[in-house]
Amino acid sequence: MLTYTIRRLFTAIPTLIFISLIIFLLLDMAPGDPTASLPLTIPPEVREQIRQSLGMGEPVHIRYLLWLKQMVWSEPMFYLSQSVSWIDTPDAARLISWQTRAPVLDTVFERIPQTLMVVGLAYVVGVLIALPIGVISAYRQYSVFDQAGTFVSMIGFSIPPFFSGVLMIILFTVMMPNDSFWWFPSIYDTTLVVDSWENFGKQVRQMVLPVMVLALQTTAQISRFMRASMLDNLNQDYVRTARAKGMTESVVVLKHVLRNSMIPVITVIALGIPAIFGGAIITEQIFKVNGIGQLLIVSIQGSDVPMVQTLTFIFAVLIVFFNLIADILYGILDPRIRYD
Amino acid sequence: MPNGAQPVLDVQGLKTVFKIRGGEVHAVNDVSFDLRAGELLGVVGESGSGKSVTMMSLLGLLPTPPADVRDGTVTFQGQDLLKVDAETLRGVRGGKIGFVFQDPMTSLNPVYNVGMQIMEPLRKHMGMNKKQATVRAKELLELVGIPDAERRLKDYPHQFSGGMRQRVMIAIALACDPQVLIADEPTTALDVTIQAQILELMKDLQERLGMAVIWITHDLGVVAGIADRVLVMYGGQIVEQAPTRELFRDPQHPYTRALLKTVPRVTGGREERLAIIEGQPPILGEQPTACPFRDRCDVAFDMCAKQNPPRFDVGNGHDAACFYDARTGGPRNA
Ligand SMILES: Nc1ncnc2c1ncn2[C@@H]1O[C@H](COP(=O)(O)OP(=O)(O)OP(=O)(O)O)[C@@H](O)[C@H]1O
Ligand code: SF4
Ligand SMILES: [Mg+2]
Repeated sequence: MLTYTIRRLFTAIPTLIFISLIIFLLLDMAPGDPTASLPLTIPPEVREQIRQSLGMGEPVHIRYLLWLKQMVWSEPMFYLSQSVSWIDTPDAARLISWQTRAPVLDTVFERIPQTLMVVGLAYVVGVLIALPIGVISAYRQYSVFDQAGTFVSMIGFSIPPFFSGVLMIILFTVMMPNDSFWWFPSIYDTTLVVDSWENFGKQVRQMVLPVMVLALQTTAQISRFMRASMLDNLNQDYVRTARAKGMTESVVVLKHVLRNSMIPVITVIALGIPAIFGGAIITEQIFKVNGIGQLLIVSIQGSDVPMVQTLTFIFAVLIVFFNLIADILYGILDPRIRYD
Repeated sequence: MPNGAQPVLDVQGLKTVFKIRGGEVHAVNDVSFDLRAGELLGVVGESGSGKSVTMMSLLGLLPTPPADVRDGTVTFQGQDLLKVDAETLRGVRGGKIGFVFQDPMTSLNPVYNVGMQIMEPLRKHMGMNKKQATVRAKELLELVGIPDAERRLKDYPHQFSGGMRQRVMIAIALACDPQVLIADEPTTALDVTIQAQILELMKDLQERLGMAVIWITHDLGVVAGIADRVLVMYGGQIVEQAPTRELFRDPQHPYTRALLKTVPRVTGGREERLAIIEGQPPILGEQPTACPFRDRCDVAFDMCAKQNPPRFDVGNGHDAACFYDARTGGPRNA
């Protein structure tokens, strides 16, 4: 298992380097100039100086290597030096956003909690609802429960969040009377500090709509996968063997069938984690959650190349990282993989 | 020979039907037989004759739906297994009656090690703790002839060959010292040398442990070698039942006689060609009202189309479900 994990880890590194190169080159080719948004009164020589100071004069491969060094060495070292005293603050300048002039990663770290709170929670809720639904739907195939589950999943599958989000706002914010228990805010207030029960209640209420929208999507997909995987396994011979050994139905289903069924599903769940950051870009926009999805949109609109580069790179890291997690979980669940 | 011994299992009038789209399949029709203590009962019949469905019906192992065990009694230790509650039935499954299935490649759970899979029934039925169960599991693997048993307990099914997996399945079935072992074509998926080894092993274990065994196969050669008594199934019915030597000496049912012709015989060092029984086995959409073998029978006569023949006793513990009497060449008098 250890060698398996280490092997996976090593294959992840070249993948990441390759992805970062692609991201860098793609964004480098994109039109846009860091001085474009500066006032027109600045003379061309000064403009050129600013460009030079941002490193724009170097050839592309040098800039890539510098950027890579910044991402994997200088920035991590900076954060390390902040948290432990025995590391000196590195001399290298921080990576600065063209738009806000603030260090890119500081902004990113400010935004991550909102995203995790809303998108992460929605995913957890979605998965936790989806797994039992999938198990029961498969075990009681064609029952009323299964039919209802199929119907709800179909809705979750076919309605994109930008539609269901707006629908929710119309139903629960616009049409619902303001004093009703069922009224929920459509705008996520990031400045809210949870320091009292009342504010905690507010926080929960403002999370309801975005979490519901995202969770519906997750539940629909994962519960379908779970159901299909359970159905595949319920007909296997080893299930009959378990019954012939006198095992109770709960042991048969929750021990023998479930573990086998989780093998493909766990991959889908792990790979869905980075993907939901992408899906959340739209949902964050609709509910004005200023998470990193929204940050990406704003940065793209403002041609903020360093920010976009960093965010896409983070997404790429997340994807590779959760691929790795999926592989490892896969190995834990399935001995046939582990012993290759 | 354990002739005349007490039956440990008594099946009467078993009927199992599958509900399928647009109708039913009557897979098992009015099957009655008993199994005596310590005997090895062979069950033969071509593919689709209802052997597996019969045995799985006894322990409620068929998926319902589509299966429906509609009628009959299965008496085991004074209880009807078709009527007992789920908990009692689970106590019998794996505890008092062991089951070995046809395909060893898929019958073990791929994600648990074989030790855990052998220990599961031990812990459930014998109330053993983990340590006792481990010791017993190791003994069982040794019993079925797997070398280096202690270490192999931690191995997963994919690390065993087909023959080894079937040995593991047998170890699981034997785990709780069952009174009855049902082996459903346990060697068909294996190559010939492994088949012979497993056969040898089963016969040996049966003699040592004194349990009763039901051995399903479509190979009459296997039956001739190991069975005390034979049931011949056709179209979901038992068409002939006899002690093994009696059956081979004097087969009564035309189907059995045809089957015997298909057994390869070595005569003068040359193997004769297999005689193939013409036609297809029937798939019964309803309760049969005529002899199911009628279309393929070379001695069928008018009576056979009017009525489904009951099992006629022909003496020597031998019976056959056929109206034609081979000894006289005419109809039997019921
Ligand atoms: N799930 C099912 N649905 C419908 N019909 C079934 C089902 N399972 C079995 N049958 C039918 O029951 C009949 C008996 O099948 P069974 O498996 O008992 O045959 P068998 O004698 O064990 O054959 P084999 O030697 O191939 O194992 C067959 O005609 C088959 O079509
Ligand atoms: S009952 Fe008739 S058809 Fe059936 S096997 Fe006997 S002779 Fe043939
Ligand atoms: Mg069979």
